[in-house]
Amino acid sequence: MTIAFEPWMYVAVLPEILLVVLTLVVLGLDLALPEERRGGLGWLTAGGLTAIILVGFAVAMPAGEPRLMWGGMLRHDWLGFAFKLTALFAAAATSLLSMDLAQVGKRGEYYLLLLASTLGMMLMGSAADLVMLYLAIETTSIPLYVLAGFLTRDDKSTEAGFKYLLFGAMTSAVMLYGFSLLYGFTGSTNLYELASLAQAGQLSLASVFGSLLLVLVGFAFKISAVPLQFWAPDVYEGAPTPVAGFLSTASKAAGFAVLVRVLMAVFPGIQPYWGAVISALAVATMTLGNFFALSQKNIKRLLAYSSIAHAGYALIGVAAISMPGSTLGATSVVFYLITYVVTNLAAFGAVAAVGRVTGSDEIASYAGLSRRSPWLALVLLVALLSLSGMPPFGGFVVKFAVFAAAVEVNLIWLAVIGVLNSIIGLYYYLTVLKVVYLYRSEEEDKPMPVPGGYALGLLVLCVGILLIGTLFAPWFSFSSGAAAALF
Amino acid sequence: MIPLSYFLVFAAALFSIGLYGVLARRNAIAILMGVELMLNAVNINLVAFWRYITPTQIAGQAFAVMVFAVAAAEVAVGLALVISIYRRRNTVVADDIDLLKF
Repeated sequence: MTIAFEPWMYVAVLPEILLVVLTLVVLGLDLALPEERRGGLGWLTAGGLTAIILVGFAVAMPAGEPRLMWGGMLRHDWLGFAFKLTALFAAAATSLLSMDLAQVGKRGEYYLLLLASTLGMMLMGSAADLVMLYLAIETTSIPLYVLAGFLTRDDKSTEAGFKYLLFGAMTSAVMLYGFSLLYGFTGSTNLYELASLAQAGQLSLASVFGSLLLVLVGFAFKISAVPLQFWAPDVYEGAPTPVAGFLSTASKAAGFAVLVRVLMAVFPGIQPYWGAVISALAVATMTLGNFFALSQKNIKRLLAYSSIAHAGYALIGVAAISMPGSTLGATSVVFYLITYVVTNLAAFGAVAAVGRVTGSDEIASYAGLSRRSPWLALVLLVALLSLSGMPPFGGFVVKFAVFAAAVEVNLIWLAVIGVLNSIIGLYYYLTVLKVVYLYRSEEEDKPMPVPGGYALGLLVLCVGILLIGTLFAPWFSFSSGAAAALF
Repeated sequence: MIPLSYFLVFAAALFSIGLYGVLARRNAIAILMGVELMLNAVNINLVAFWRYITPTQIAGQAFAVMVFAVAAAEVAVGLALVISIYRRRNTVVADDIDLLKF
C-alpha cells in the first residue's frame, strides 16, 4: 500500500507542527530569559496551546471520508482529532495549574517536557501504523517519566519517576513483542492493512489472540487497568500534583484512543473473545479501584484509585464496542474520556492549589477548607460530585452514556456492576467533602491565596464540567462524529 | 538456509530471560538490563521477519532501527532517574525504594 504525498497533509498535521514550534520557542526563551522572568513561560505555554486548539478547529478538522496520510503513518479522522484536542486542552490546563508551584513553575524544561509528551499523545490519537504507534507511545512516556521524578530533591518524587520508568519500560517491551509478532504474521505494519488481512481470514485465531494479549499489556499499563494498575497510586502520590493530574487524564485518554483504534482495526474477527476479556478487565478494574479507594488517607492516592475505577467505567464502553450492533459504544467511550479529563484535572488542580499552601496531601489537612477558601472548596465539590456521577455535572451524563451502551448490546450485568460501583464511589467522594465542609480546624481563619493561574484554570475546568452536564446535546454529537468515523 | 523458526525460538528465549530478569532482579540497573534484553529479542524478531517474509520492503528494518533509538533514549532517562534516586538514598536496590506503598 502506497499513499502518495499531497499538500493537504501538511494542513492536517498543522497542530502538531505548531506544537513543535511552540516547544522550540519555549526552549529558546528558557535559555535566553533571566531566571526571575521565566515565570511567564507558563502563560506562554498555556496561551500557545489555546491558540493551537483554535487553529486546529479552524483548519485541521476532518471532513468527508477518513483518510490515511504520510505514507499510511497517520489517519485523518474524528477519533484522532477529538483526542488531539483533548490532549492539547489537558496540557494547557496543566501548565496553568503548575506555574505557581514552587520548584516547578519557573523551570523552562518542565514546560518543554510537558509539550513533548503532548506531541506524543496527539500522535497516539491518530497513529495508523505500528511503527508510528510505538514511537508516539514512547514520545509520550519518556518525558512523563522525567516529569514524575521532576523534584530531584524530593524522596517521593524521585521514587515515583523511578517506579513509573521501570513498569513503563517493561510493559512497553512486552507490547512491542506483540507488535513484532503482528508484523511477522502479516508482513505489514499498517493497522488498516492488518485489518483487511484479518478480515480475509488469513490469520489463525490463536496467533492473533496471543499477539493481542501481549499488546494489551502495554495498553492496560497506559490506562492503568487491572492487573497493571499497581503503579498508579505510587506514582500519583509522589509526582508533582499537576503532573499526576496530567498522567491520570491526558495519558489515560491517549491510551484509550490507541486501545479503541487498534482493537477495532486489527481484531474485528475475534471480537467476541476480546469482548469477554475487556468485560472481565472492566469489572476487575472498577471494583478493585473503588474498594481500595475506600481506605485511603491521602487525597492523591484516593484520586489515583478513583482514576483506576474510572478506567473501569470507560472499559465498559470499550466492551460494548466489541458486541455486534453497538451504535453507542465508541461514542460513549470518547465522550466519557473527554469529560473525565476535564473533571479530574479540576480535582487535581484544586488539590495542587491546597497542597502548595498546606504542604500536605492528607485528607485530614482539608478540614476547615470551606472557611479558608470557599472557592477551592466549591471546585472540589463540583469535581468530586461530577466524578461520582451526580446529575447537574458532566460525570452523570457520561456514566449514563456508558451504561446505556452496555445495556444496548445486552451487557446488562456489566451495567449493573457499574452502577453498584458508582454507589461505592459516591461514599468515598462524600467522605472527602465531609472533611472539607463540616470539619473545623484551628487554622480556618487564615485565608488561602489562589494565584491567577489556578483561578483561571479551575474556572475554565468547572465551567466545562457544568457545560457538559447541562448542554448535553452538542457534546454528544461531537463525539458521535468521532465514533462514526472509526472504520 | 537456517529456518525462520530458529530465530523466533531464540528471540522468545531471549525475551523470557529478559522478563525473568526484570521480575526477579532486585538491582535497578539489572532490571534495566533485563528490559534491554527484551527489546533486543524484539529486534531479532523484526529483522528475522523482515528477511524471511518481506525482504523487498523496508518496514521491518526501519522498525528495528526505531526500536533501538528509542531504547537508547529510555535507558538514558532510566539511568538519570537511578542516579537521582541514588543521590537521595544511597541505594539502587528496588526493594529498599519503598517509601510509597499502600
